[in-house]
Amino acid sequence: MAQHKSKTSELGRNTLLEMYRRMLTIRVFEETVFDVYRKGWMPGLAHLSDGQEATAVGVCMTLRTDDTITSTHRGHGHIIAKGGRVEPMMAEVMGKVTGYCRGKGGEMHIADVSLGILGANGIVGGGLGIAAGSAFTAKREGEGRVSVAFFGDGAINQGIWYETANIAVLWKLPLIYVCENNDYTQFTNSKKLISGEGLAARARVMGMKGVEVDGNDVQAVFQAAHELVEAARNGGGPATLICNTFRYGGHHSGEPGTAYRSKEEIESWKKHDPIPFFENQLLAQKIITPQEIESMHDEVDKRLQTSVEMARQDPFPDVSEVTEHVYA
Amino acid sequence: MSTRELTFAQAIREALDEEMARDDRIFILGEDVGAWGGVFRTTETLFEKYGCERVIDTPLSEEGFVGLSVGAAMTGMHPVPEIMFGDFITLVMDQIVNQAAKMRYMTGGQVQVPITIRATMGGGRSSGAQHSQSWHAWFAHVPGLKVVLPSTPYDAKGLLKTALREPNPVLFFEDKVMYHKIKGPVPEEEYLIPFGKADIKREGTDVTLVALSRMIHPTLAAAERLAAEGISAEVIDPRTISPLDEETLIQSVAKTGSAVIVDEGFNRFGTTAELAAVIAHGAFDYLDAPIERLGAMDVPVPFSPVLEFATIPDEEKIIAAVHRIMEGRRR
Repeated sequence: MAQHKSKTSELGRNTLLEMYRRMLTIRVFEETVFDVYRKGWMPGLAHLSDGQEATAVGVCMTLRTDDTITSTHRGHGHIIAKGGRVEPMMAEVMGKVTGYCRGKGGEMHIADVSLGILGANGIVGGGLGIAAGSAFTAKREGEGRVSVAFFGDGAINQGIWYETANIAVLWKLPLIYVCENNDYTQFTNSKKLISGEGLAARARVMGMKGVEVDGNDVQAVFQAAHELVEAARNGGGPATLICNTFRYGGHHSGEPGTAYRSKEEIESWKKHDPIPFFENQLLAQKIITPQEIESMHDEVDKRLQTSVEMARQDPFPDVSEVTEHVYA
Repeated sequence: MSTRELTFAQAIREALDEEMARDDRIFILGEDVGAWGGVFRTTETLFEKYGCERVIDTPLSEEGFVGLSVGAAMTGMHPVPEIMFGDFITLVMDQIVNQAAKMRYMTGGQVQVPITIRATMGGGRSSGAQHSQSWHAWFAHVPGLKVVLPSTPYDAKGLLKTALREPNPVLFFEDKVMYHKIKGPVPEEEYLIPFGKADIKREGTDVTLVALSRMIHPTLAAAERLAAEGISAEVIDPRTISPLDEETLIQSVAKTGSAVIVDEGFNRFGTTAELAAVIAHGAFDYLDAPIERLGAMDVPVPFSPVLEFATIPDEEKIIAAVHRIMEGRRR
């Protein structure tokens, strides 16, 4: 499979630094949420995406604010990558009224519709219909907006993918399917679950482009996504991008992800960690200095710590809110 | 007010036509709804009038086109997907139950999901077990959805126009037997019928008959025959079961002291059970007979007419239920 190679020089310095900042923010956010979980400061479980930062950021940095995304149960990274703020995210994780969804959604259902984030979704493949609908509206409005559907390798065996892909191709919808292939469908290696040659081949059979990329190389993701997004914007119809990546933690914060994945497998992916990989590219090209990296780390750490302190002090929703928002 | 007679199907089509003319966010999609005019002819002429961009023939992919409708609704459109046979709605449960019904709630009120899902219901056509079922009760069970069951052309038009102005997901169930068989007066002038307001189709004092959708017609016929026996039956059509006009049901039973509930959905855990519970709680002190529940028999809908009609409530069964109540009162 042809893999897209990085072309650092094509991106401006500000864009590159913003990509780095967002990747770092996702990493620290996920580590902080895990800490919050362990301390018992949040109810329920957390579905963390550390290790997959380059996919979320590489794709979302190609998008306009009015472009929409739908996300998955592992959605924190997509939301930060699309411009979501960590403060209302952290409050939502803790079930506080100051959260993005006033504590009604929780860590698996964060949305910021004003930023085009149509919600993370607890049903595997659940965002695919919504993303197709957003693409339908975008095409109708004719303002060049596109819709991106993030989903995992588990979701490519859901019927909704085929039904919407068929419709999207027939109606030339500006819809980009982005598969984050982390090799695991919950606790089972996806190789045991996917027939044939995988999603890129399946996409091509449906009549659209199927492109595969190193999902831990943010610039490669950006380049590949950019090409597909711009084509869709200009009436070229849907496409599928497969980003090969790896989640470091378990399926959720309640299990370490080591019972069904070997130590060697996890370590080999950590050697290709998307953050130091990008950091080295930026240093080599003198886009950033070691001092700037350090100060950016400090800044992100501090912001996340503050977000936790604020969210802990924030109130829970009043019980009277329980019946609000059932109907408009 | 000038009035004509329209069939149930014509009333549906007129509501769609008027609302599409009023609001260009509304579009229809489904299998053969466009060039063919709909399997039951309910979208006839709309394709010619509004074009293939607003009356859209979809692939045979119920989950796909209803899922797309949810996203279109969340981004400002008002889709009207059609489920040709209501039985096929089982293919779309995730989109309706997990997506459309709770997007507003889960996002803390950030979105609205204005989607009107039209689905058929009802047996009596020897269509077999997979083309005859009435699944409205399932959706009334789901918070976030509204469920509408019109029984006359007048109600169908007024309720559908309301649905097409709703900011919430609406399940609009149309009994396919009524499309071309039931005719009724429909004013030329525009009107809307609010959700959550039952209609008293016939006033009476001895027994309350609650019926939904097509079941109103055998119920009204039964009431007429009962009147000849000296039994005064009040006939109430809730018209929407979510929201449900509990007050009208309770007040009627407070007056009559008894109730028969008639519905074509399955009896067990169905609409008849919920309405009986509402009446039993709200009118407990007034009841002088057990509430009679006449739903469809709890068997898959059979093919042979002899078997099929045995499963569906009808005039005779309604009269028999009223007689049981009267008998019990005399004892």
